[in-house]
Amino acid sequence: MQSQVVRPNAPNLAEHAYRIRRNALLMGEVQGQGYIAQALGVADVLAVAYFHAMRYRPEDPEWEGRDRFLLSIGHYAIALYAALIEAGIIPENELETYGCDDSRLPMSGMASYTPGMEISGGSLGHGLALAVGYALGLKRKKSDAFVYCLFSDGECGEGAVWEAASGAGHWKLDNLIGIVDVNNQQADGPASEVTGGLEALADRFTAFGWYAQRVDGNDIAALTAAFDAARIAAVAQPRVIVCDTRMAKGVPFLEQREQNHFLRVEPDEWQKALAALEAGRAA
Amino acid sequence: MRSKYERPVSLLSRPSGQRLTTSAMIASLAGPDQRTRPAPFGHALAALAETRPEIVGLTADLGKYTDLHIFAKAHPDRFYQMGMSEQLLMCAAAGMAQEGFMPFATTYAVFAARRAYDFICLAIAEANLNVKVVCALPGLTTGYGPSHQATEDIAIFRGMPNLTIIDPCDALEIEQAVPAIAAHQGPVYMRLLRGNVPLVLDGYGYQFELGKAKLLRDGNDVLIVSSGLMTMRALETADQLRADHVDAGVLHVSTIKPLDEDTIIRAAAKPGRLVVVAENHSRIGGLGEAVAATLMRAGVTPAFRQVALPDEFLDAGALPTLHDRYGISTAAMTASIQRWLAA
Ligand SMILES: Cc1ncc(C[n+]2csc(CCOP(=O)(O)OP(=O)(O)O)c2C)c(N)n1
Ligand SMILES: [Mg+2]
Repeated sequence: MQSQVVRPNAPNLAEHAYRIRRNALLMGEVQGQGYIAQALGVADVLAVAYFHAMRYRPEDPEWEGRDRFLLSIGHYAIALYAALIEAGIIPENELETYGCDDSRLPMSGMASYTPGMEISGGSLGHGLALAVGYALGLKRKKSDAFVYCLFSDGECGEGAVWEAASGAGHWKLDNLIGIVDVNNQQADGPASEVTGGLEALADRFTAFGWYAQRVDGNDIAALTAAFDAARIAAVAQPRVIVCDTRMAKGVPFLEQREQNHFLRVEPDEWQKALAALEAGRAA
Repeated sequence: MRSKYERPVSLLSRPSGQRLTTSAMIASLAGPDQRTRPAPFGHALAALAETRPEIVGLTADLGKYTDLHIFAKAHPDRFYQMGMSEQLLMCAAAGMAQEGFMPFATTYAVFAARRAYDFICLAIAEANLNVKVVCALPGLTTGYGPSHQATEDIAIFRGMPNLTIIDPCDALEIEQAVPAIAAHQGPVYMRLLRGNVPLVLDGYGYQFELGKAKLLRDGNDVLIVSSGLMTMRALETADQLRADHVDAGVLHVSTIKPLDEDTIIRAAAKPGRLVVVAENHSRIGGLGEAVAATLMRAGVTPAFRQVALPDEFLDAGALPTLHDRYGISTAAMTASIQRWLAA
C-alpha cells in the first residue's frame, strides 16, 4: 500500500471543484450542447480524486508510479478534461478545441488522443473489467499504486460490470477503487426508472465481496473521508464509493431544468451559467 | 497508426468560428436544403402495430436515440425498456419471440454487432426467430470515434446464417421496409437512419421489396452499386458526373443478404462500364466484397472499384470532415470515379 495514504485536506478543494466546473462550461460552450450536467455533477468527486487522493506527476502523465484513473464512461470526457486541465496535465488553452476536428479532446474519451486518459471508454461496461486487469498487473509488479475506475448508474445495467464485480471480489483486489456516479440519469430518462435497483447499489457490491461506501457526491468533506477510508481500510477487498450527485450542480438554473442526458444550452445562457457558478463560489 | 496524443495544436490558431464540431450533426445526416421526414422508423412501426398486435418494442436505453420512443408513446403497454443491457435485450427479444410475439429490438449498430453478437447468433438466428434488430449509427454516421462507429457491422452479420440484412437509403424506404420485414418470417438486421431522415427516393417512384435490387437510373459509362445512405450520395455523384459528360447508372441494393445476385450480374455484365460499389462500411466484408464474389462466380469481370471506408479505426470529428477524409462524401466519390475513368 502507498505510504502517506492519509493526507491533510487540501484547503482549496472547493476552489478546485469550482475551476473544474468552469472549465467544463467553457468546453460545453464550444459545442453548445452535450454532457454538461454530468460534468457539473461529478466535479466534486474529481476534485477530491485529483487534489486529495491520487498520486501523479502532471509533467509526466505516464509516470510508472502513478495511480491509474480509468474513465469507463467515455461521454464524461468533458468532466475529466476539465480536471486534467486543472491538474496541469492538459494546457488550459486547449479547452477551446473540445470536440473540434483534430482536437486532442474528442467528445468521447480515448487513450490515444489525450494525456492522462488511460483507456478508451464509451462502449460502456468495459472500465471496471479493465480495472481488474490493471489491478492484477500492478500487484504482479509489486506496485503500490491504486486503480480508480469511474463508472455510472446507467452503466450498471451492463453484465460486464457484474462480471468485474465478481472477479474483483474473488481476487480480493484491495488496490482497486470503483467510483459510481449516481446522478439518477441515463439516456432514456431517470436511472431509477430505466434500470432501477439504485437504492441497493452499495449492498450489491458488498454481496460481491467489496468494501462499499455510499456518500453525497457533492459533499467534499464526505468525499474526502470516503476516499481516505477506501485507501486505508485494512481489508483485503476491492473498494467502491457510490456517489449520489446532483446533475448540473453549481448552476442553479440548470439544476432546475428538466434533467437531460444531452443538455442543450442556448448561446445567451453560457455567460449566465458562468456568472451563476461564480456567484456560488463567493457564497 | 497515429502516434500517441499527436494532434496538430495549430488548431488553436484557427478562428473559433471556423472549427467544425463533432456535435454539429448529431440529430440528422441531412444537408441544409434537403427534404426530410422525422423519425420514419418510429412512426412506421407505431402505425403497423395498430394492425399487428403481436408487435412489441424493446430497447437498451436508446429509445429516444433510435426513434423507438414514438412507438413507446403510441403503445406504452407494448414497450419494454431493458436498461443499458444489450445482451439481455437480445435474449429477452428471443424469449418473447418464442412465446409468439414479434419483437423489434433497438440499440446502436456497434452494440448489437459487437457486444450482443453471440446472443443474436444463437438465441435469435439459430432458432430462426421472428426478431427484428434495428440499429442506429450504422457505418460512419457519428463523429464519436471507434466506440460508436459501426464500420464493420455488415461484415460481422453477413456470416450469420438465417439473418436477413437490409441497409435502407432514406425515410421513404425505411417506412416501406418496416411492414416488409414484419411480413418476412425470420430474423432481420436493419441499419437505421434516425431523426430527421433525408427523403430522396420518392423522386424515383421507388418501392422497397425485400431481396430486390432496384435500378434507379441507367448510364453507359459507370454503374454505381450502392446501399444505405451511399445511394443518396451515388445519385448526387451521377448528377455531378453528368456535368462532365460521364453517364452513370445507380443500382440500389438495400437488401445486403440475401443478395439479389441475378439483377447485379445482369447489370454488371452490360459491357463497357466501370462497376463501382459504394457503401458506408469498411471495404472488408461488406457489399463490395459480396458483389465482387458474386461476379467472379458468374464469370462476369468488369473493371471494379470500391468506395468504402478504410480498414482502420477512424478518427473522431465532424461528420462532413470525416466523410471527406475517408472518401464517402459526394465530392470525394465523384473525384475518385473521375480519377478511375481517367486512368
Ligand atoms: C454499451 C453501450 N450501450 C449504449 C451506449 C449509449 N449510451 C451512451 S451514454 C448512455 C447512458 C449511460 O448511462 P449514464 O452514464 O448513467 O448516463 P448519464 O448519467 O450520463 O445521463 C448510453 C445508453 C453506450 N455508450 N455503450
Ligand atoms: Mg447517470
